[in-house]
Amino acid sequence: MQKTSENFDVVIGGGGIVGLTLAVALKSALGRGASVLVCDPDIARPDGNVWRATAIAAGPRKMLQTLGVWDALADIQPITKMLCTDSRLADPIRPVFLRFEPPRPGEYFAHMVFNAQVRDALKIRAVALGVDVRELSIADFTADADKTDVTLTDAARLSARLLVAADGVNSKLRDKARIRINRRDYDQAGIVATIAHERPHDGTAEEHFLPDGPFAILPLTHNRSSIVWSDKRPNVANLLARDDADFMDELTRRFSLRFGDFNVLDRPTSFPLRMQYARDYVARRFALIGDSAHVIHPIAGQGLNLGLKDAAVLAEMIVDQMRLGLDPGTSAVLTAYQRARRFDALSMGAAADSMYRLFSNDILPVRLIRDLGLGLVDRAPPLKNLLIKEASALLGSVPALLRGDAL
Amino acid sequence: MTSPDRPASASLDAADISRFEALGEDWWNPKGPMQALHKFNPVRIAYIRDQICAQMGRDWRQPLPLEGIRILDIGCGGGVLSEPLARLGADVTGIDPAPGNVDIAARHAAKSALPVTYLATTAEDLAAAMQSYDVVLAMEVVEHVRNPAAFIKTACALVAPDGLFFAATLNRTLKSFALAIIGAEYVLRWVARGTHQWEKFLTPRELERMIARGGIDIFDEAGVSFNPLRDVWTLSKDTSVNYMLAGKKLARDV
Repeated sequence: MQKTSENFDVVIGGGGIVGLTLAVALKSALGRGASVLVCDPDIARPDGNVWRATAIAAGPRKMLQTLGVWDALADIQPITKMLCTDSRLADPIRPVFLRFEPPRPGEYFAHMVFNAQVRDALKIRAVALGVDVRELSIADFTADADKTDVTLTDAARLSARLLVAADGVNSKLRDKARIRINRRDYDQAGIVATIAHERPHDGTAEEHFLPDGPFAILPLTHNRSSIVWSDKRPNVANLLARDDADFMDELTRRFSLRFGDFNVLDRPTSFPLRMQYARDYVARRFALIGDSAHVIHPIAGQGLNLGLKDAAVLAEMIVDQMRLGLDPGTSAVLTAYQRARRFDALSMGAAADSMYRLFSNDILPVRLIRDLGLGLVDRAPPLKNLLIKEASALLGSVPALLRGDAL
Repeated sequence: MTSPDRPASASLDAADISRFEALGEDWWNPKGPMQALHKFNPVRIAYIRDQICAQMGRDWRQPLPLEGIRILDIGCGGGVLSEPLARLGADVTGIDPAPGNVDIAARHAAKSALPVTYLATTAEDLAAAMQSYDVVLAMEVVEHVRNPAAFIKTACALVAPDGLFFAATLNRTLKSFALAIIGAEYVLRWVARGTHQWEKFLTPRELERMIARGGIDIFDEAGVSFNPLRDVWTLSKDTSVNYMLAGKKLARDV
């Protein structure tokens, strides 16, 4: 079917990892049968912090492989083991309460990759597949029964059958769609930093549940690790205000001794921790994906994976619909998308929230119970396997892309 | 039953035509009076697409899988079936005896610059003009015509040699009476009361005999069942309520 260049099937606001994944998934499956536009004013700008890294769970990893993005990544570090400790900062020894081995040899819990590399690979793939990528924002939009009229910041006007907001935590598109949020700020903030160390990490990820917040050490390629250090907000502000030597002292108190000498590769940055949900994931000819729909505590490392799962589910629904010549933006599709994703995001957020409540305190009875609980989990393989599967975002009805199947 | 602006036909039921014409813009409202049709649409489009692709050696996963195939959609109404098939690349002609329906359909296709030919005419008139198509569809129409045998004969005549013919309708069983009349019209109010008259329904055997007399060889029969838990229609072996037939024109009969 011929269409003018300014009528799009799907317009995506936001060219981060989640938005680009949706665009690539749609064009991979539908080719010239669908027109897809991605708008992002920062699309050409390199990521501010090239060291920023994320754990990609098994399902999303299979999707990125299927979409031809994974093999383009220069640095991929599998997480071969995970261990959790529950201790006070002053404790000389941190007893390990949970130790996860891979479910099967050759399988991994997750892979650590650099966000900037994933985004660059997605950008290249998107352009190669014919996604229209523009260095602009969406200024305004109005939905009617058949389409959404979109105005870009260069005053260009176009129409979309579906507008998808992938513009992050403080989504402007979500506000314009008048979708309200529920938000709770944690008393913690997170510090992320990248560390080079003397001795190898053997692919082990560590999470130390300290009373002021979890401290995670995630393995990167070449004797490097990414830390996600959650702490009480005043502590975090304090830490980042101090000079490098003081910061290193505090880091040394927390960082594992097994790594030998280490130094910080980038400037540590902090972000406030919150749990935030959009009250609706959809509106007329409009859908939220990724952080615009949900933000959860990073304690379980599932934020980006949830977003990638949104992209997988929405892509499959749009592709099914368009392969029948049907409209990708109807209320039937959007309601089904919301039904499929909202519960999963809420339960993952609730799980992360209960972990936060359970671990971010120093009340003795709670510590005893949680250690007993974790010890029990460690001795009950079915329960532990369930936790592993959940952590791999593989539970529930699995979208084709997360199984590694093409659409 | 004729009026100056309405094509005359021996097989048409005037009351049914007016009832559908009165829908106007509501044809395309997925939550309006045609909600049931919109929910039913994916399963019948998938059936038509997959059977055409299998018969004509196409891959339904490819973009525009029906590119270049000439399809006639008899009783197109507001274009709810014609338009998706055109988006899949088919060269679609939608006909409907009610000019109001054709207007709605044409306006809707024009909004997305979709090339569909809509004509306020009848199968009889097209047959008289010696037209033929690669695929002829009679989906959910035989239950609305007065003389199904004459209608089917005409529709089959419009199929080109080696072309395909599809029909979908409701079976005349106690179950269809309970579900399609009592259930859908009175209890669930899915469709307006009086949409269907059970005694007009044809059994698959009756319809097959009519189609066979038109020189079409039936190669597939499928039931369509509603899954109330998932709120979707799916293909099934149960033809006791809704069913679809697919056939191929025998070259020797041309």
